[in-house]
This record gives sequence, structure tokens and C-alpha cells, in this order.
Amino acid sequence: MYREDKVTSYLDWPTVLLFAACVLIGWFNIFAAVFDVENQKSIFDLSLNSGKQLLWIGTGAVIVIVILVLDYRFYETFAYIILAFTVISLVGVLLLAKDVNGAKSWFEIGSFRVQPSEFAKFATALALAKYLSQPGLNLEKWKDLIPVGAILAVPALLILFQNDTGSFLVFSAFIFVLYREGLSPIIPVVGIAAIVVLVLTLLVPILYLVIGFTIVAGFIILTLQRRNFRNIAMVVGGLVLLCGMAVGANAAIGKLQDHQQKRIKSLVNPGLEPQGIGYQVNQSKIAIGSGGLLGKGWLEGTQTKLNFVPEQSTDFIFCTIGEEHGLIGSTLVIAVFMGLLCRLLYLAERQKDRFARIYGYCVASIIFFHFFINLGMVIGLLPVIGIPLPFISYGGSSLWSFTILLFIFLKLDAHRLQTLAR
Amino acid sequence: MRDNRRYIIQFVFLLIGFVYLARLFYLQIIDDSYKIKALATSSERVVQYPQRGQIYDRNGKLIVYNTPVYDLMMVPKKSKIADTLAFCQLLEITRHEFDSLIGKMKKEQGYSRVRPSVFMGQLSTIDFAKIQDGLIDYPGFYVTARTIRHYPYISMANTLGYVGEINSKQLAKQEENYYSQGDYIGLSGLEASYEKELRGQKGVKYVMVNVHHVEKGAFKNGALDTAAVAGESLNSTIDIDLQQYAEKLMQNKVGSIVAIDPQTGEVLTMVSSPTYDPNLLSGTRAYSRNFNRLLKDPLLPLYSRPLQAVYRPGSIFKLVQSLTALQEGAITTGSTFPLDGPMKCHKHSGAHNTLHNAIQMSCNVYFYHVFRHNIYHHETGNMFRDSEKGLMRWRNSVAKFGFGRRLGIDLPNEKRGFVPDTAYFNKVYGAHSWKFSNWYSMAIGEGELGVVPLQMANLVSIIANRGYYYVPHLIKGVGKNGKISEKYTTRNSVDVDSSHFKVVVQAMEDVVNAGTGRSARIDSIIVCGKTGTSENKGGKDHSVFVAFAPRDNPKIAIAVYVENAGFGAAVAAPIASLLMEKYIKGSVSEKRKAIEKGIIEKNFMPAPKVPVLPKVPPGGILNKVVKQDSIAKPMGKKPIVTARNSNVPLVKVSQGKTN
Repeated sequence: MYREDKVTSYLDWPTVLLFAACVLIGWFNIFAAVFDVENQKSIFDLSLNSGKQLLWIGTGAVIVIVILVLDYRFYETFAYIILAFTVISLVGVLLLAKDVNGAKSWFEIGSFRVQPSEFAKFATALALAKYLSQPGLNLEKWKDLIPVGAILAVPALLILFQNDTGSFLVFSAFIFVLYREGLSPIIPVVGIAAIVVLVLTLLVPILYLVIGFTIVAGFIILTLQRRNFRNIAMVVGGLVLLCGMAVGANAAIGKLQDHQQKRIKSLVNPGLEPQGIGYQVNQSKIAIGSGGLLGKGWLEGTQTKLNFVPEQSTDFIFCTIGEEHGLIGSTLVIAVFMGLLCRLLYLAERQKDRFARIYGYCVASIIFFHFFINLGMVIGLLPVIGIPLPFISYGGSSLWSFTILLFIFLKLDAHRLQTLAR
Repeated sequence: MRDNRRYIIQFVFLLIGFVYLARLFYLQIIDDSYKIKALATSSERVVQYPQRGQIYDRNGKLIVYNTPVYDLMMVPKKSKIADTLAFCQLLEITRHEFDSLIGKMKKEQGYSRVRPSVFMGQLSTIDFAKIQDGLIDYPGFYVTARTIRHYPYISMANTLGYVGEINSKQLAKQEENYYSQGDYIGLSGLEASYEKELRGQKGVKYVMVNVHHVEKGAFKNGALDTAAVAGESLNSTIDIDLQQYAEKLMQNKVGSIVAIDPQTGEVLTMVSSPTYDPNLLSGTRAYSRNFNRLLKDPLLPLYSRPLQAVYRPGSIFKLVQSLTALQEGAITTGSTFPLDGPMKCHKHSGAHNTLHNAIQMSCNVYFYHVFRHNIYHHETGNMFRDSEKGLMRWRNSVAKFGFGRRLGIDLPNEKRGFVPDTAYFNKVYGAHSWKFSNWYSMAIGEGELGVVPLQMANLVSIIANRGYYYVPHLIKGVGKNGKISEKYTTRNSVDVDSSHFKVVVQAMEDVVNAGTGRSARIDSIIVCGKTGTSENKGGKDHSVFVAFAPRDNPKIAIAVYVENAGFGAAVAAPIASLLMEKYIKGSVSEKRKAIEKGIIEKNFMPAPKVPVLPKVPPGGILNKVVKQDSIAKPMGKKPIVTARNSNVPLVKVSQGKTN
């Protein structure tokens, strides 16, 4: 009794409140997304996604209690073991699972399906936090970076083999954590440059791209303050690197078959394939755009519940919010996420324990990355990559994994005064 | 430096949040196109068709109403047929038919696995009742009802007309943009002339449709919907019992009957024989199956003879000649004329040489002189000039009786008939080089004259009224208390003093009592009539009889035309007499049943392969091309109830249902 009282009194209630807001927004909008005017059912009906989501929410609450009851040192102590279990289950899913929509990412036990890749997120976060919290670690040294790469790469690559590109990309969220813990900013900058080059390769003919890069490089050399050999060599080296990347990417795409090329290109330019990915984004934009300022009202949306928008209760759940609650509702959801993220950063920074702080950054980064990719996709700013909106999208595995992710951190935070700064 | 990184990360998070907010502001507030696209993709406008108005006869009997037919719909994606054989048995089709129905359905434009398509169209209520219960075992199949016209009395097909899909010409020239492709519209008869009243007002329903265009409930809870307004019902002037009796009398005969209530101009009966079952053209399936066969039938069942068949009026026109000549003062009731001239009289001797006797005995030479006196007023001293003046004066008087022009009945395609004018004769004989002697045969209703049976019925109506008529019409009320056009309630005078009618009416009475029309006599009712024989150079003459009764305060005026039946008294007069008796007394007396039977059994149908076209007078009215190669259908005795068996002739030459 004593311990529980303590946990609840030290628990960060603003975060819990924001979490609850997200979950409830999700539940109501999942119901709205699957609501059928001609065959009206209760929000609790278990044949609807909303009824099932309520089950996940209820069981999620049980998980929360278990997390809060367990000793806070458990997570740090068993971090590597949890990751090991996760890796085993990821291998297992590759060997045992059936193909579902081209992806091998589900364990099926009866009618119950579990997606291990969802749980890999918090397992990796725990292991990464544990490794990085070692005293004297320096992320500018290759020696210390290699284990980091291993902790991230093993689960990430296993997920990529499952054909689950979205979850694979989530691992790039840890770049924020590494940056916060001392990684040189060059690495994220080069990473972003690489993405920009890749996108440009798809949009601009390769010759123009090389000419453009050369002009920019020449301009940089001309404007250099200290035009010594080292600086010029760096710029020329960068130019060669960029051109090499562009030519390489171009050659790789050129080797693909026509329809595969088209698919990759339509990631960048959805108009190319109006019935494929372009169709989804277009319908998603129509749904959100037709919401206007105030929206059409709860259960009054047409585009989502009439199946124009694909995956309307999972990855495209934000369409329902945008259509039925308009700009007001969209703004509210973004505000809730921003509030949650800022609160998490604030909580992370107030930790005396490095493990807890790093883990807090992991939580914030993962939630942010999902928010960034998912919303960017539904409003047509980013290519279609299927990852859920945390706490809001329908799905037991995803809801549980985010709940676990978040509440482990809240548990650690509740005990922050019991740990000494390391 | 590391503390900076905390804020850089926070800045990146918030920056993305603001970028997304800006994007949402653009999508949801600034760019309107998404709202329009959403409306266009997720809602559909569904037209609600109103019930077409019903038609009642003059005694309130329902003669046209809407009856449901049932389309068996199939949603292929939802359908499950566990046992195809059992399913075929339920529908009473063969396995082969089943396959061809499926194949046909798949070829339809806009076919989709998720949307309902018509599997079997327009099932009758009986067929529907048979399959209704069994259908429960077959998910994905259901039945939708719609209505088609039904004509329970199987009667007056040409008068009622038919309803069919609007054609592209009508679609293009409509004034108020009411109809769209595939809509139904009255195409002939009353269905066409009262289209605006009968059709009602279409409504519009907005429904939500999903991505597969499957309906998903009302759009905005029906806030934008407008209800369809049912069409007005029509109260007809037709006495359906009299009509059916008349059709029965006319079976196996070609011709027309028009009966009018002279006091109101209401048409009591209008028969065009041969006729057809109007239900043959009701509904798309029946229409497409039967229309062309009816159109190509050499007996022209679609041709409305009372309004369109132009005949020479024959002796009946002597009534008009008498009245116009009396009014002009060209003759008096006591005028006598030499019984010689270009015409002969084989009926009576000179001893009875008066207007009364000439009418009663239908004396041709007497009327030659009447007409001659009427035309020649010796105004200019030039026979040619006098002929011209006289013709135009006479033509003007005759026009007041409704000849040579449309009377304006509330039915489409009414013919004018023909009364020649100076321009016509100038064309035929050369300008001013013709005179009375060129066309004196009009004196006895032959020659160039052309009339339709309706005009003849109207003539009797005028005589019955002693000088005026109401334009004949078939509808006396629209809706609950809707009035009809003033045109039909206005009394039209023929500008002949009522005193001049006395001798004509008396002569007509004697025609029936002691003259050529004795076969039209009815016990205890004074009938006034006039026989006629319309010359037919191609074959046997047409039998014509006009009459009204009773003499005082007349209730019915009638004109009967029977083609190729010879002298007027033979067939036309008894038919008219039986109808008048039935209308005035309510039934035909027992002792006349033998006459009735004889009439019904008489057959004046032309021999096969001879097209039954009425003689076309010089006016050239009948433009219908009849395909000579089409073989005449056999004249069966079976009444046509269904057209399923294509060997059964469509033309209703016998009528087994009446009484």
C-alpha cells in the first residue's frame, strides 16, 4: 500500500491527463470512422473497431498498473534482457508468421494478433538508455558508437526484413536522443542531406542535379573566407559525395522495373498514380479539407465513413478528426501532442538519473517521429508510410506499446528523487 | 552547449507542429476545392418519380391506374447461391437462361460487383408472390417495386394512348427542362395531351454514397430533399360500359364510332377499330416487344380512326347543304326543283319534291340544285367569278360547322379533313378557269370533300342542339376540383337560325321512321338520323350513319362508320341504334338481342394483304406508309391477354370480356 500511494502521489498527472485525452480522442474518432449510417451500432459493440479499442484501452490500464507496481529499478536492470527477448520474437515472427498484406509482422494466436515490432520500440529505447547512461561514454568516439549502432541496427533490420518500412523508419527517431547525448551534428545533417539528394534525384534529371551541385559548390568556394586547401578540398569532397549519391541512387532506380520505379516516384509525386498511393493521399486531403473551420460534426463526416479514405481507423484516423471537427479539432490534437512532447522533454531534463533522462528523450522522440510521419502523410506533405498516430490510431499492439513506453518513463520519473545523480 | 541541444530539439518539435498547423489552415480554410470534391464524391442526386395520375370514366370507374412491377435485383458480391438448380426452379427458368441472365447483367453499362443490378426485370405481382418467400434463402437478391400503367378494361387503347421513354427529339425541344434521358412521357392519346397534369412533379433526394457508389442513407438527413408530387387524376367523359359495348359491336369490323353528349360536348364513346390491348404497350419490356409489331400491322391498330381517318362524308353532308342554303336564303323549305340534271334520283318520284322529302329519301338531284342555288347568286354575271364568290361564302359557312378545320378535341393528331377553297381549284384547273360544274358532286358529300368521324358526330350534335355545339372533349375535370379549359365550356354558334333546323330534324326523324334508316328505330324513343354511303372506289362502300336521340332534349349524338360494309342502313344504323338505346335506357331490350347478335357476328374485315387505308381525298391527309410486304396477321378468335406467345395476333379483333 505504501508503495502504491507513493507512486500515485509522485506520478506526473499532467502527462497522464494528456495521455488520457489522446486515448479518448482516439476512441471516439475510431467509432466515427467506422460508423455506418445504415447499420448503426453502439460504440461499445465488439464487432466494431471502437468496441475492440475499448478492450485494448481496458487491458492497457491493467498494464499501466503492472508497470507502476513493478520496482522502478526493474527496467534498467533487465533492459538488455528485454531487448534480447524482443529480438528473438522478431526472428520468430520472420520464421513463423504468415504474410499479411505483404508484411510478415504478426503473431497469430487464435483471432488475437500481436505485432512484436511495436514492442521493439520501447525495448530498444530501454537498452539504448542503459548503454548510453554508462559513465564516461563519449559519442564522438567510434569505439562507443559501434555498440549503439548494434543496439539500433539489429531490431531495425529484422523489422525491415518483415517488410514493415514504417516501423523501420521509426528507429531513425533515436537520432534526437544521440544528438542530445553528444553525437556530432554532422551525422544528422549528412543524413538529412542524403534524404534531400534522394528526393531530388527522383524529381530532377541527374544531369541538372550534378550541374546544380557544382554551381552551388563553386559559389561556396568563391565566398569562402579562408580559401585554403583544406576548406576547398572539403567542399569538393562534399560535392563528389553528393554527386556520387545522386548517380548511385539514379542507377539503382534505373535497374528497377517500370512499375516499381513508378511506385517510388509516386512517393514523391502522388499525382503520378491517381489510383494508387496518389488516390489515398488525395482522398485524405479531400476529407480533411472538406472539414473547414468547425468540421461537419461528430458522426456527420462522409468521406471517411463511406470508405473513400483507406485505413480510416488506423493510419488515416486523423482524417476523421479533420473532417468532423475541422481546423478547431485538428489544432486541438496538434496542441495536445505538442503539450505532451514539451512536457516529456521537461520531465526528461529534470531527471537526475542519466538512464531516466535518456529514456525520456527516447519516448519523446519516438512519439514525435510517429506524429511527424503520420500527420505529414495524411495532409499530403510526406510520402505514404504506414505508421500509426500514437494513442489515437486503432490497434491493440500499437496502443499497448505506446502506453508501456510512456508509463515506464512516468514510473522512472515518479522515483526520480530516490536516485542519485550519476 | 549541451543545454542548447535541448532547446534545438524542442524547437524542431514545435516547428513541425506549426508547419502542420499552417498546412491544415491552408487545406481547411483557404482551399475550397476539397469541400466541392467531397460533395461530388460522397453524395448523389436521386430523382424521385411521382405517381402518375389516374383516369376515371364519367361514372367514377377507374379505367387507368398504376400497377407495381417488380425488378429482381442482385448485388453480385453479396449473393450466395448454394444450389443453382433450386434457384432456377424457384424462378422457373432453365440453367441456360440463368447463365444468360447473369451474362446479360454483367454486360450492362456501369455494372459493378458491389452495386445492385437488375437480374430479372418487371416481374408481375403474381410472379413476385411466387418467389417472395423463397428469396429469403438467397442473400444478395432483393426485389424493388416500381409502377407501370394498367388498363383494367382492355379498352379504348387509341384514346388513352400510351406512355413510353422520351425520345431524343422531345428531349431536345422541351421548354422547361423537366425531362431527362430515360424518363417516361405520355406519347399518344390522353396520356400525351394531359401529360403535364398526369405526370406530377418530380422530387429529388440526396443520398450519401460510399466509394463503390453504394447508397448509404440520406445526405444531411434529407434537409435538401424535395418530395415528389403525385400527378392529378383525370375525370373522363367516357362511359366505359358504353365504350366496351361499342367495341364489342365493332369487332371484326374496321371503322369508328364517336358518341357525344350534345348538351355539353362530352365524348361518351370513341371507338377506333381494330384496336389493341393497351396493356401491350405498358412498361419497357412490353413496349419494346410489341410496339413495332403493332406499328407494322397492316390493319393499323395504332391509327386513331375517329380523328385521323378522312372519308367522303356522303349523303350525310346533305344536312349541312340544307342548313347553309336555308340560312343563305338560297332555298326555302318549300323549294321544288326539276328532277333532272347531271345527277339522278332513284328513290322517289317528283310528287314528294320538297326539302323534307329530299332529305328523308336522300335525293341526289334535289341537292344538286340546292347547292347550285347556294353557290350561284348571279352577282357578277360571270359564272367563273360567281363560282369563286359562292365557293368561299359557302366554305365559310361550312367551316362554322367544324369542317375543314380541327375542332380542337383534347387529343393529339386530330385531322382537319378537307373543304376545298379557290386556291385549291386554281391549282387543279388553272386560275379562274373552273366553275360550279367542276365540283358539283360536293352537293351530295362526294368529290373533294373529306371529313373525319369526329366532325360528323359534332354535326349531329349541332343539329340536336338546333344551332350550336361545345367543342368535343374527353376530360371534364382535372384533379379534385380542377376546371377544364374554357374552350370546352364555351358555346359555339354555327350562325344558322334555329328555325331552319325544324325541317331538318323532322326529316331526320322520318328517315328513321319511314326512310332509309328504319333499322335505327328504338321503341319509345324518337330517333333522328341520316344514313350515308361513303363512296370507296377501291372496294365496297363504307356504311355510315349519324343520329341523335331523343328528338327533344337530346342526350346523345352519334356517328358510326363501318368500312366496306356497304349501305349505311345495313350495319352502321343498327349499331348506332343499339348504342343509343343502351345509353338512354341503360340496357338493350330483349327483343333486340337478336339484332345485337347479328351485328356482333358480322365480319367486314378486309381480305388479307389488302391494306385497310381509308380513301384519301385530294386533301392528301394520310401520309402513313404501310409496308406492303408485311403479311396480314391471321384473324384469330382468341382475345389477347398476354403477348408471351408471339403467334397470337396483337390486334384485338374479337372482344370476349364485355358483359
